[in-house]
Amino acid sequence: MSTAARQTDPWYPVWAERPSFDLASGKYLKIWQGPQHPGVSGNMALELTVEGDIVRDCRAHVGYLHRGFEKLMERRKYMNCFPIVCRICVPEPDFNEHLFASAVEELAGIEIPERAKWIRTLTLELARIAFLTMGLGGQAGSFGLGTVGQWCIVHRDYVLDLFEELTGHRIYHMYIIPGGLRHDLTPGFAERTEAVLRKIEKLMDEVQKVLFDNAVIMSRTDGLGVIPRPWVDPYGIAGTNARAAGSSRDVRSDSPYLVYDDLDFAPIVGERSDAYGRSLLRKREILMSAGLIRRILSRIPDGPVRVKLPNPLHWKVPAGETFVRAESGRGEMGYFMVSDGTGFPRRVHVRGPSYTHAMALFEELVRGVSIADVAGLMASLQICPPEIER
Amino acid sequence: MNETILTLEQRFGARLEAHRRDSLVFVSVPADRAAQAVAWLRDRGGFTHLVMISCVDWIERGTFRLLYLLSSPQERRDIGVYVDIPRDAPSMESIHHLWAGAKVYQRELREMFGIDFPGSPGVNDPMILEGWHDIPPMRRDFDTLAYAERTYYPREGRSTRDPAADTAERVYPTDEELRRGIADLARRTYPGGSKDGES
Repeated sequence: MSTAARQTDPWYPVWAERPSFDLASGKYLKIWQGPQHPGVSGNMALELTVEGDIVRDCRAHVGYLHRGFEKLMERRKYMNCFPIVCRICVPEPDFNEHLFASAVEELAGIEIPERAKWIRTLTLELARIAFLTMGLGGQAGSFGLGTVGQWCIVHRDYVLDLFEELTGHRIYHMYIIPGGLRHDLTPGFAERTEAVLRKIEKLMDEVQKVLFDNAVIMSRTDGLGVIPRPWVDPYGIAGTNARAAGSSRDVRSDSPYLVYDDLDFAPIVGERSDAYGRSLLRKREILMSAGLIRRILSRIPDGPVRVKLPNPLHWKVPAGETFVRAESGRGEMGYFMVSDGTGFPRRVHVRGPSYTHAMALFEELVRGVSIADVAGLMASLQICPPEIER
Repeated sequence: MNETILTLEQRFGARLEAHRRDSLVFVSVPADRAAQAVAWLRDRGGFTHLVMISCVDWIERGTFRLLYLLSSPQERRDIGVYVDIPRDAPSMESIHHLWAGAKVYQRELREMFGIDFPGSPGVNDPMILEGWHDIPPMRRDFDTLAYAERTYYPREGRSTRDPAADTAERVYPTDEELRRGIADLARRTYPGGSKDGES
């Protein structure tokens, strides 16, 4: 079936199309990109079959980061899981903390205070900005524009400074706990956040000029890794990758959690579904998150940030199962949790957006791409290997 | 949602397991009709988004409980379809023809729980574990401690201390130490400490 037909039939079984290559013919060559390679976003390996410098086939290999988090959580009390869950995704730990906490809260029937909901939303949006800014830098770096990469890393660090002030930690915050937050905002936090947001908005103006108006970037990203709109469901595509493809799917507006119901906003839907369009959409989302943070800061109500919990060492969560989800910087992230009524979770399954993006989708998109653009394509899908392996 | 559950009950013998909230219910379906039920949910029920395939090991019941979590983007609802399969011969019909992304989940379940999905592309290829010869590690009867002791060697120069004795010895001062004062206690707790401490 032709590519056009594959793109019009959303449920076309592309998995059946995997061709075989005669390596002995000398026409094809097998090369590995990763697991240690600057062009791979994290520890994963790409087994590429190339013809000249065009990739004809790819197999993604994971397993270099497996730490068995889901298994470890089965042997730990609910509160003991928090140092684990934040490490599931290094650039965005807050979503894991929030989802684990909200799954426990739902099973245990705990309602968190209003102020805690607002501050949780604030931290999640700050985490989105930190991740998307770093991702934009990674995208620029993958095309050899390291300057933008360094600007973006510096500005992510400004956000990490805010996290350090708020939580005491830069990367793994362990700030969100069942029942609310560990502690309240620090005095003057809103003013310092505003100063960082201004810096990031200024950075986005510069990124527009240096990255998005750059003729080399425009020509290299044009048509790279186009995701057809009908592929969104069959491949389970989520987040900015799906919105750039024309889908309006955003967990924040589709199934509002925390206080997103009270924040009047609409998901940004892109017009271009290639690497350029996805990056541009992310830039717009950074600015949108900055606007949301300003609105949150102006409306945070007074009150407590935590409800009293039972003794965490003797806490038994009622039996049951639930699934909670949130919109992380990479897309839909979800936690499925089963409790059997004991003090330990029976099963925790983490659904990260990179899972399908990296394995099924990437293997499909990379065919026909030049070796030099593989890194750019991977960065444009914002793949985070730690959450694939959990 | 009620109509969907009613149809699942009538056509596929489904049973309502849990009603978590209006937008999330869990049903169980017999294993031989589960793939049909999931296909019906995708094509007729509007649940076009496969969120995940997961598994819970109920070792005391002798079953694996598979979960197909589907989402309807239009109606903004989720449905979890449970399928119980026997633990001693775990095999399930593959749904890789329904969702391109399903083969990855099935490959992982094959590796982590030992559940077979005949016909799923690359289902027997190792995904995360390389050269694994033990029982699948996510099963409840996999002993992580025994595996670690068998596989990894204790590092040279390390010793194991009893937590209670160690705490009593290091943290709480003895009566003699209290008489001699805090400086002596600091010297003993941090032997070879900084010059500032010794001065």
